[in-house]
Amino acid sequence: MSARRLLTAGIAAALALGLAAVLAETIPLAERRSGFDFMSRETQAMQRDDMSNPGMLSVLEGAELWRTRIGKAGKSCADCHGDAAVTMAGVAARYPGFDAAQATAIDLAGRIEQCRTTRQDAPPLAREGRDALALAAFVAHQSRGMPITAGDDPRLAATLDTGRALYGRRIGQLNLSCANCHDDNWGQKLGSAPIPQAHPTGYPIYRLEWQSLGSLQRRMRNCMIGVRAESYAYGAPEFTALELFLMSRAGGMSMETPGVRP
Amino acid sequence: MARALINLPATAKRGDIIEIRTLVQHPMETGFRPLPNGSLVPRHIINRFECIYDGATIFAAELHPAIAANPFIAFKTIATRSGELLFRWTEDTGEVREERATITVT
Repeated sequence: MSARRLLTAGIAAALALGLAAVLAETIPLAERRSGFDFMSRETQAMQRDDMSNPGMLSVLEGAELWRTRIGKAGKSCADCHGDAAVTMAGVAARYPGFDAAQATAIDLAGRIEQCRTTRQDAPPLAREGRDALALAAFVAHQSRGMPITAGDDPRLAATLDTGRALYGRRIGQLNLSCANCHDDNWGQKLGSAPIPQAHPTGYPIYRLEWQSLGSLQRRMRNCMIGVRAESYAYGAPEFTALELFLMSRAGGMSMETPGVRP
Repeated sequence: MARALINLPATAKRGDIIEIRTLVQHPMETGFRPLPNGSLVPRHIINRFECIYDGATIFAAELHPAIAANPFIAFKTIATRSGELLFRWTEDTGEVREERATITVT
C-alpha cells in the first residue's frame, strides 16, 4: 500500500516537473498498432475495399460539397483550394493545427467551419451533422496512407500538455483515465470487445455500432459516457487538446480515413 | 435516396463469371427505435433490390428491417452480351432509385 502511495506521489511529482511526456507515452514505438489490427478479418476487409467501405459514400458526398458554391460569397471550397487531391494531401495528418488569428489550437472540423463562416459567408454546419462529417471525411481521405505529423508545431506545446494531462486524468464514476485502458490494458478485452490503443488514424470513422460516420470527438464522448463522466461539448477546447495529444501520440502512423470500426 | 456505389468489371469474356458489388446509402430505419420522447422513428427501409441485365432480372433480393444501414449486396452472374445493367432499389414508400452501369463483353 505504501509503495503504491509512494508511486502515486512520484507520478504527481513528475507531472509537476513537466516530465509527463516520458511517463504518458508508455506504448513503445514498435508496439503501436492501429485500431485496424484489433478488428475481425471481415471488418478489416470491409475497410480495405473502397467498394464495401460505407465511409466512402460520405467521401463522395464530401467531394460534391467541396465543389458546391454556397454562402453570400458564392464560393466553393474548390474555388480557393483547387484540386483537393493536391492541396489537401497531408492536411488532416497535421491537424489539430494552430490558428494564428485566435492563438489557439483548432481541429479540422473547426477549420472547415471557420472557412465556411468567414470566407464563404455561409451559416455554420452542425458539428456532428452529415455535411460537416462528409466534408471532413473528404478532406481527411486525401491524406490516406500519409504519416501523422500533428503536434509538431511548437506553438501548440501548451495545448499538447493540456491534452496529455486530460488523457491521464481519472474521470467519471468509474474513476478511470484514458491511459488506464488504452496504455495499461490495450489488447485485453472489455466485455467481448478488444481494447485498442486509441490511435486516431481513421477519423472520421464509419462505426458499425453507429451505422453512420462519426468524429473522433463523438468517439471520445462515447468513452466518457462509458466511464460515467460528463462529456465536453462538441468543439470544446478540451476535446481539441485531447485530439491533439492523441494525434501526436500516433505520430508517424498512417492515416486510414475513412476507417471502419466495429 | 442518396448515393450508390457499383462495382463490376468494365470488360469480360463471354461466359465469364463476373462479380457485381453494390453499396447504397440508406438509413434502413427499422421502425422499432424509440426517440427520447417515447415515440417511434418511422420505418424507412429499402424492401427490394433488383438487377436487370440483358432484359432479364438476374438477381433480386427482399430486404427486411433487421438489415444494417447502407446495405451492401454482392452477387455473381455470367457475362452474356455487352450492354447496360440496371440496378433498382425500391423503398417502402414506393420511391425507386435506379443506377446504370455498362459492361463490354467480347
